[in-house]
Amino acid sequence: MTTITSTPLVPVAPPALAGAASDTAALFARHVRHIARTPEKLLGVTLMPVAYVVIFGVLFGAAIALPGGSSYGEYLMAGIFTQTMLSTVSSTALGVADDLGNGLVDRFRSLPMSQGAVLLARTASNLVLSLVSITVMALVGLLIGWRVSAGAAAALGAVGLLLLFGFAMSWLGALIGLVVRGAEAISAVAFLIVMPLTFLSNAFIPLNGLPAWLRAVCEWNPISSVVAACRELFGNPAPAGDSFPAAHPIPMAVALTLAVLLVTAPLAVRAYRSAVAR
Amino acid sequence: MEPAIRAEGLYKRYGDHEALRGVDVTVPAGEVFGVLGPNGAGKTTTVRILSTLLVPDGGQAFVSGHDVVRDPRAVRRAIGLAGQYAAVDEKLTGRENLRLIGTLYRMGRRTAKARADELLERFSLRDAANRVVKTYSGGMRRRLDLAVSIIAEPAVMFLDEPTTGLDLTSRLALWEMIREQVARGATVLLTTQYLEEADQLADRIAVIDGGRVIAEGTPDELKAKVGGEQLEVTVAHHRDVPAVTALLGRLVVAPPTTSADGLTVSVPLHDGFGGVADAAAALRPLGAAVTDFGTRRPSLDDVFLALTGTTATPERTTP
Ligand SMILES: Nc1ncnc2c1ncn2[C@@H]1O[C@H](COP(=O)(O)OP(=O)(O)OP(=O)(O)O)[C@@H](O)[C@H]1O
Ligand SMILES: [Mg+2]
Repeated sequence: MTTITSTPLVPVAPPALAGAASDTAALFARHVRHIARTPEKLLGVTLMPVAYVVIFGVLFGAAIALPGGSSYGEYLMAGIFTQTMLSTVSSTALGVADDLGNGLVDRFRSLPMSQGAVLLARTASNLVLSLVSITVMALVGLLIGWRVSAGAAAALGAVGLLLLFGFAMSWLGALIGLVVRGAEAISAVAFLIVMPLTFLSNAFIPLNGLPAWLRAVCEWNPISSVVAACRELFGNPAPAGDSFPAAHPIPMAVALTLAVLLVTAPLAVRAYRSAVAR
Repeated sequence: MEPAIRAEGLYKRYGDHEALRGVDVTVPAGEVFGVLGPNGAGKTTTVRILSTLLVPDGGQAFVSGHDVVRDPRAVRRAIGLAGQYAAVDEKLTGRENLRLIGTLYRMGRRTAKARADELLERFSLRDAANRVVKTYSGGMRRRLDLAVSIIAEPAVMFLDEPTTGLDLTSRLALWEMIREQVARGATVLLTTQYLEEADQLADRIAVIDGGRVIAEGTPDELKAKVGGEQLEVTVAHHRDVPAVTALLGRLVVAPPTTSADGLTVSVPLHDGFGGVADAAAALRPLGAAVTDFGTRRPSLDDVFLALTGTTATPERTTP
């Protein structure tokens, strides 16, 4: 009978929190490498939004006038920023489904590592991509006449809110990826979620002209709160509304985003555990 | 002493399909245990339950003394897994894959680095170490996957069809690696469809079919189940086969069998060399062109055929 004589390579019980942090860091580095090695992905998260900024800002901005005569181009910027954060839903979902499909999730689950780290590293690495998009869009926006007029601190607050919203959308995406799994089905589901959320909001159109019921629906859409909060923080024109969410966009945006995060993150972690255990 | 792997009555259902119908497995520490079975027998399902990836619907299992359902983390600290399909990150290099998993085993960055270099060398991947895995061939991926699974020198290793898709050199290298793991005290459970592999490596073998263990024992015990030696006579021309068959049939009690190509006639050999001599003497006056004449001990193939009614050789062509 032989026994293992060499010192074991795996420590008996690493401290839980430090271990989870090191797992997350290692997997975060993995995602950053992925981003660096997939230039098309970086192009996707920068070119698309820039195209939006230019097309909507320059073309439509010239053709459409807002009530009160303020610039439609300026009005749009917050909408485009927010819409870009929404696109994280499908990219995260596809990435998670890919890891499931190629067996990496099985590999991770057979390791004595923190299981929450797998999703946290992915959603956190998306923040890097989001920050890149926001920066590029802001620069292009500034070039074509967009102005921030509520001070640097407020503008940074808007960026922080956008990142928080993007983070919540990543978790929503992770949940969708784990539950739906197939790439085509994921694209369809993400489209069905993102499209109505974008267009039933104030991202691209002022809500003043809508029938009352539709206007109420749009005002309670979390996207509208995030967009309105950004407009306020950037100091961009925003027709005021008198409904509760329209009157308090910043607290509403933070509360609704946190609510989405608090619902989707635990659900996603649970789906992760059972997705592979079936 | 607690066995390295102990499973009792493992039961698993997918919808109304019963994948496992009460699998019992006990593997003492330091043993190589082979799990042999045709497609769909339940090999992968068993491995996935033992490696904490799948929760059984019934029965229980302990690996290194820890319950796979109640204490998966303790089990994960003790095991290494190479699944049926290579699970490596295509966008990372071979070296990065190894370091990542080493770090996730919490062995510390420095140890992970050193182990990665060592394993790249051992698995002949040094030249490809800095290339992304997307550019690897199937066999290279498989080797990387195996290297990843032993990076932490686990006490118990699960290898699900580890040599499928490997060329001969790599296969021999893998067998060597498995023997080394056993020499350092590891317990290995491997599934395979290659009987030769189970014969070469395994101390004991369980044959599973339809979600049940239908036979278990050492390779020799299993071979003994299908009887003793066979005498095989191969002739050059089909026209000689009936005469040879009739002649050999007269020498023994059991009816002779003919091989698939119709040129080899086999009979069970009861009285050893005496029987061989009688057969040789009887064949001589026949004047048939005999191209091969010899005795053969039953292979695991025969065992398999006798037990399951199918051959274990995997289908090479997929429709
Ligand atoms: N996720 C699943 N959903 C439904 N049925 C499944 C699933 N996984 C396995 N099965 C079924 O369970 C049975 C056992 O499968 P398993 O993968 O364990 O076989 P195996 O012995 O590993 O076969 P192979 O040699 O082909 O790898 C098969 O009939 C298979 O169809
Ligand atoms: Mg299998």
